[in-house]
Amino acid sequence: MIRVRGLNKWFGEHHVLHDVDLDVARGEVVVVIGPSGSGKSTLCRCLNRLEAADSGEILVDGVPVPAEGRALARLRADVGMVFQNFNLFQHKTVLENVMLAPMKVRGVSRAEAERTAHELLARVGIAEQAGKQPARLSGGQQQRAAIARALAMRPKAMLFDEPTSALDPEMVGEVLDVMTGLAADGMTMVVVTHEMGFARRAADRVVFMDGGRIVETGEPNAFFDSPRTDRARDFLAKVLTH
Amino acid sequence: MSALLDHLPEFWQGLVVTLQMTVASFAGAAVVGLVIVAMRVGPVPVLRAVATVYVETLQNLPLLVLLVLAVFGLPEIGLKAGLTTTAVVVIALYEGAYIAEALRSGVNAISSGQGEAARALGLTFGQSLRHVVLPQALRTVVQPIGNIFIALTMNTSLAAAVGVVELTAAANRVNLLEAQPIPIFVGAGLAYAAIAACAGFVTGRLERRLAVAR
Repeated sequence: MIRVRGLNKWFGEHHVLHDVDLDVARGEVVVVIGPSGSGKSTLCRCLNRLEAADSGEILVDGVPVPAEGRALARLRADVGMVFQNFNLFQHKTVLENVMLAPMKVRGVSRAEAERTAHELLARVGIAEQAGKQPARLSGGQQQRAAIARALAMRPKAMLFDEPTSALDPEMVGEVLDVMTGLAADGMTMVVVTHEMGFARRAADRVVFMDGGRIVETGEPNAFFDSPRTDRARDFLAKVLTH
Repeated sequence: MSALLDHLPEFWQGLVVTLQMTVASFAGAAVVGLVIVAMRVGPVPVLRAVATVYVETLQNLPLLVLLVLAVFGLPEIGLKAGLTTTAVVVIALYEGAYIAEALRSGVNAISSGQGEAARALGLTFGQSLRHVVLPQALRTVVQPIGNIFIALTMNTSLAAAVGVVELTAAANRVNLLEAQPIPIFVGAGLAYAAIAACAGFVTGRLERRLAVAR
């Protein structure tokens, strides 16, 4: 589904991604973990070209990600993205947020877009918030609305860039529950997160990054119980003790 | 006072021309401003450069100079239009540069995540600008654009210098007959003030109505 080969990315002098290779099969849930600054968010943002990589190739569904223009927009329409800061459109209601892209990008009629939007908002458990402005919602509700907005495009794959990092602790669960449901439904997902519990529970594979490289990758139970590399062991010791 | 009242028809005529010029040139300036800001924040380097040069050029030349150049220069190269039309076009192009800058500051005030989210959903750059970024940018710059509208209203009086008989020129003509500058120009000034007050009232209302919860 997603195939990354030899990806390199610099921010000025800083080499953020170092020869990264990654394969995500259809229906697979890959959770990317690692310390801050390890390049995991950048990798996620490169997958739909919100960041342009400096070298290497990314194929989605066998097709190289286009550099720009309408072809790139078409690819992005098929790859949903959920951001750390939700990024709901502040001037539109929750319902309108979910309806916008299907109408403008897919050419879906208003009535159909509205019906789908209501269904999706019910699916993520915020049906009664449809008419509100995003800022009136709690963080957890906003993030669930953002997931519904991405799902409205019927994406082939979903990217999650630290979807719970900006949430109050008591709201993390409700967002992770929605994501776990999606994973169970067979969605192809790349999830950058610090939620180790979610990684263990929902991931088919865990990818551990450090210093811009993929250091270790493996099935979650094996990775968490007996990491093979020192760096992964160090990292897990720091995050799992509290 | 009688100097004013005896010549109400002339004043009225001048006021109508001023209002027509204001509305027409503001509409033109709004279109110019939108096009220029779209070029300026867009991804195409050539268009960005053109828009930057446009704004810098128009903002750095006095409007009066532009008016004089257009009115006397354009016929030389075979472009002939009515005086009022020429003045309206020049004012629209000039104020369009200011509107573009006001809009750009609005665009910069919108979190970059908004445009990213729109593009991540598959909207093209133009669509994300039109449906997501500009509607929010516009809301943050209602007040500066209201100020530009008021400045534009006042700037239409410069057209008097190139022969358009708008409110200021009408007042000047009446004064040549009556030689009572104080009541005549106070009267004209009050008319401009009334237009500006209306603009202030409308922008105040708009700002409250369009407010977005953040």
